[in-house]
Amino acid sequence: MNGELTVPAATKDTLPTVFGYIGIGLAFGIVGKAAGLSPLLVTLMSIITYAGSAQFVVVSLLAAHSPILSIIFSVFLVNSRMILMSTTLAPYFKHESMIKNILVGSLLTDESFALGMNKLNYSDNHLNFPWFNTANLLAYMTWILSSLVGAVLGNFISNPEKFGLDFALVAMFIGLLYLQLISDRSIKFNLQLIVVGFVLVAIYFGLIFIPSSLLILLVTLVACTFGVVMKHAFF
Amino acid sequence: MPSFNFVLLTIVGTGLVTWISRITPFVLLKKFELSKGVVEFLSFVPIAIMSALWFENLFIQHIGQLPSIEWGNFLASVPTVIAAIISKNLLVIVIVGVISLGVIRFVFGL
Repeated sequence: MNGELTVPAATKDTLPTVFGYIGIGLAFGIVGKAAGLSPLLVTLMSIITYAGSAQFVVVSLLAAHSPILSIIFSVFLVNSRMILMSTTLAPYFKHESMIKNILVGSLLTDESFALGMNKLNYSDNHLNFPWFNTANLLAYMTWILSSLVGAVLGNFISNPEKFGLDFALVAMFIGLLYLQLISDRSIKFNLQLIVVGFVLVAIYFGLIFIPSSLLILLVTLVACTFGVVMKHAFF
Repeated sequence: MPSFNFVLLTIVGTGLVTWISRITPFVLLKKFELSKGVVEFLSFVPIAIMSALWFENLFIQHIGQLPSIEWGNFLASVPTVIAAIISKNLLVIVIVGVISLGVIRFVFGL
């Protein structure tokens, strides 16, 4: 990764994450087909809902014949972390037009967010529309295509877990976290490690009494507060 | 599986709430400025959210009890972290991760 904020640079920066989207997209298509969704509905969900892991939640709730409002509310909870990511990202696009802001926001994902945050460490703390939109669009196309292919392949493969494809997402989170840790110089490395450790403990004990759909958001909020307090007290 | 129309309505509904979560901050922050305190708070979001998403995958929830360990993901995380430290390359990290879990499932049947 370098400081260039161009379309070719964005393509190069996004390429590694594309393989993650392919893995999870294929897995989603296969799982959706196995649960009884047609390839058309699988693809429509990837186009319209476009919510990565939350789409797996939707499929399992649909299969369990849950009421529509409870499905929508679950997805809102799982994706409420998007509000936090958009709030973090939006100030870097203040100089762009409203329509470009909405476009960047509409296709934002965990991975494009993390990529953008990583990019800031190389680009002198700047982001722009061409770079981010390219990263977003590549992810979006890859996700749609691979879930369609997965749904079609679903006739031949019954359990995608066997191949470890579902780990692509987790591996991506690990990679993006590590790259952020070593390149973000705005927060001291030791403080970042302490916050990561705090998150581990909070997730472990939070799982006892907080539904996992809500836990990610709550732990993130508490961990950020913890980080600010530690920064002022010790760093 | 429910009817085509029910699924379609669900897709549109879930798409709408996700879209609103994604764009509202962009629309609001075009007009308003964040305070220094909020910006400092948000500077922790990337590492906090990425680690939360990772760690949540390492456990299996049992409400009212301590979670149990998802051994497949847990063990596969070890070579993945090592790959991150050595390669610092996202593509290598993802490939090592997927192959690790595939091998672990094949060998241990987890």
